[in-house]
Amino acid sequence: MSPQITPIADTAQDLELSERILAPDGSRIANPRLDAFVADVDAEQLRALHRDMVILRRIDAEGVALQRQGQLGLWAPCQGQEATQIGTARALAPQDYVFPSYRETGVIYARGAQPGDYVRMWRGEEGAGHDPEALRVAPLQIIIGAQTLHAVGYALGIRHEGADEVAVTYFGDGATSQGDVNEAMIFASSYQAPVVFVCQNNHWAISEPVAVQSQFPIAGRAPGFGIPSLRVDGNDVLACMAAMRWALDHARSGKGPAYIEAVTYRMGPHTTADDPTRYRDDAELESWRRRDPIARLEQHLRNAGELADTHVAETQAAADAVAKDMRAACLGMVTRPPLAVFDGVYAEPHTGLERQRDEYAAYLASFEVEA
Amino acid sequence: MTEMTLGKALGAGLRQAMRDDEKVVLLGEDIGKLGGVFRITDGLLDEFGASRVVDTPLAESGIVGMAVGLAFRGYRPVVEIQFDGFVYPAFDQIVAQVAKLHYRTQGRAKMPITIRIPWAGGIGAAEHHSESPEAYFVHTAGLRVVAVSNPEDAYRSLRQAIASDDPVIFFEPKRLYHHKGEVDLAAPLADASPMGLARVMRTGTDATLITYGAMVSTALQAADAAEDEGISLEVIDLRSLSPIDYDSVAASVRKTGRVVVAHEASREAGVAAEVIASITERCFEYLESAPLRVTGHDIPYPPAKLEKYHLPDLDRLLDAVDRVLDRPNSLTGADA
Repeated sequence: MSPQITPIADTAQDLELSERILAPDGSRIANPRLDAFVADVDAEQLRALHRDMVILRRIDAEGVALQRQGQLGLWAPCQGQEATQIGTARALAPQDYVFPSYRETGVIYARGAQPGDYVRMWRGEEGAGHDPEALRVAPLQIIIGAQTLHAVGYALGIRHEGADEVAVTYFGDGATSQGDVNEAMIFASSYQAPVVFVCQNNHWAISEPVAVQSQFPIAGRAPGFGIPSLRVDGNDVLACMAAMRWALDHARSGKGPAYIEAVTYRMGPHTTADDPTRYRDDAELESWRRRDPIARLEQHLRNAGELADTHVAETQAAADAVAKDMRAACLGMVTRPPLAVFDGVYAEPHTGLERQRDEYAAYLASFEVEA
Repeated sequence: MTEMTLGKALGAGLRQAMRDDEKVVLLGEDIGKLGGVFRITDGLLDEFGASRVVDTPLAESGIVGMAVGLAFRGYRPVVEIQFDGFVYPAFDQIVAQVAKLHYRTQGRAKMPITIRIPWAGGIGAAEHHSESPEAYFVHTAGLRVVAVSNPEDAYRSLRQAIASDDPVIFFEPKRLYHHKGEVDLAAPLADASPMGLARVMRTGTDATLITYGAMVSTALQAADAAEDEGISLEVIDLRSLSPIDYDSVAASVRKTGRVVVAHEASREAGVAAEVIASITERCFEYLESAPLRVTGHDIPYPPAKLEKYHLPDLDRLLDAVDRVLDRPNSLTGADA
């Protein structure tokens, strides 16, 4: 499979060129490439995807609120990207291993994150918010694109062992300008590593529009590295799931890496530190509101008579409960004592650091003596 | 004991480490059939196969980033950077990823990665082939930094670096690759001096000469020459630049009261500055003169024909020794 290689003209055309199963109005479109990958998805599973997306949006909103209330140093919202994150992450097998960027709240949710996992890093309690082995998700990566190489290295290990696993890496459109992402594609292709690249093209790298990163569909680059790719409507959860199943099948069956560009939109700021009204206009945001991934699936389910009001109410209640647990976990966190700053720098004793630790301990103890 | 070159000793160390642990994998440019541009990995492809001796695309950040991913999966990658000056494209992966992941995850992600770097000058190489970047890595928490100076140490320290659960930047002095020495290939690793300890290469009483890497040879020559003038120099090979073994350093300084620290790398904020600052903090009252640095100049590495003016040599070391001993020297002149 390959994307249609046509220069980007504008956002509307951009979207028309991406693979889709659900139209923005919720109607189902026949997609000869992708339909087979989601033929088993019934109404109950669709409602589960809907529930996931509603909960994710609530988690995200809670993250923003906690930051605004001074409980978190920063938060990277993912509102608008629920379909990409849930659709792709729900396609993963338990044994697969994910190397995310910092915006993959929905991916760690789908991998079983605990309430505190969403906020531990953003609150500044620990460098990594969750246990990588427990979720099979590497720590959230702030350095743009660095994690893509880690995924390929991990995939090389999988390949050496002949294990039935795939490494997956998530990154944004801005990351595609980084050398590491391009090196990752070269290494992945050269070694036929079982790795899936998921580019969430949310159109904005802080204030820089995607056109600054790419004058060509991003998925169009992968074939140049010898990696097949798909460009999907990132606000269509079924298309995202189908594309990911295609990519995972491809990698798992020994055919090497695969690449997905999910064309989506970040509704909020890049992080809680920036102000998108300074760099993008309301009309663009409004046009994307009409493509809201949750509303789209909701409409599709309603059209099919598969979405009862009780389900919507129960889902919202479940989302509120998750947010409540997340807030409680956040507010209940106990910051580690001062000497913990020295913990875990090295796996083995390091005399230089031990000396500094002892000196600082003595300094702290001097206050206790005075008291 | 077997006599071999430092380069061969490194190869023997890699071979033994790979035999001891199947999770040890090598990554680097040209390390397979060619055996590396310095032939350190010669023969390893034949013995261990292409899945453990991995020839990589020409991309240093990619090589180190791959090593991070392999470490996540429980491997012990050994990376070969082809030349010291080529490590900079991998800088982010080393200082922001390799060095930090253990700390970020509070030990849940171990990074037992060894990054071998053919290092420093004195071989008349082309531009970017003679850099001394050790201070960047010493300054980075989470990394261990080792610099070897003889075949025995090279063989032993490399195996220790690979066996360590911490990432190690492993500097190999190119100038010494062909220098020979005795290596005990059969000695158990457990009996070896720990990786972080300095070694007194020669005992003396008048002043302490502290250095590492290829400069250890120069320092020993200086000690020989000084002896001819009735001066007794103690020579310390630091071996490890992170951590630095200050107990050994301080013990020597308390004995001699006079110190010269030498390295090829440029001076500003270099390893010698750190060593002297720490000596001053620890044993100021024992010092009988101001400690001195003898280093490369604060210049980009000069063209090969000029490098002899950059690298500290025997005479610059002896001049510094004269200064810490208040003997006539380049500053005071012969009549002082």
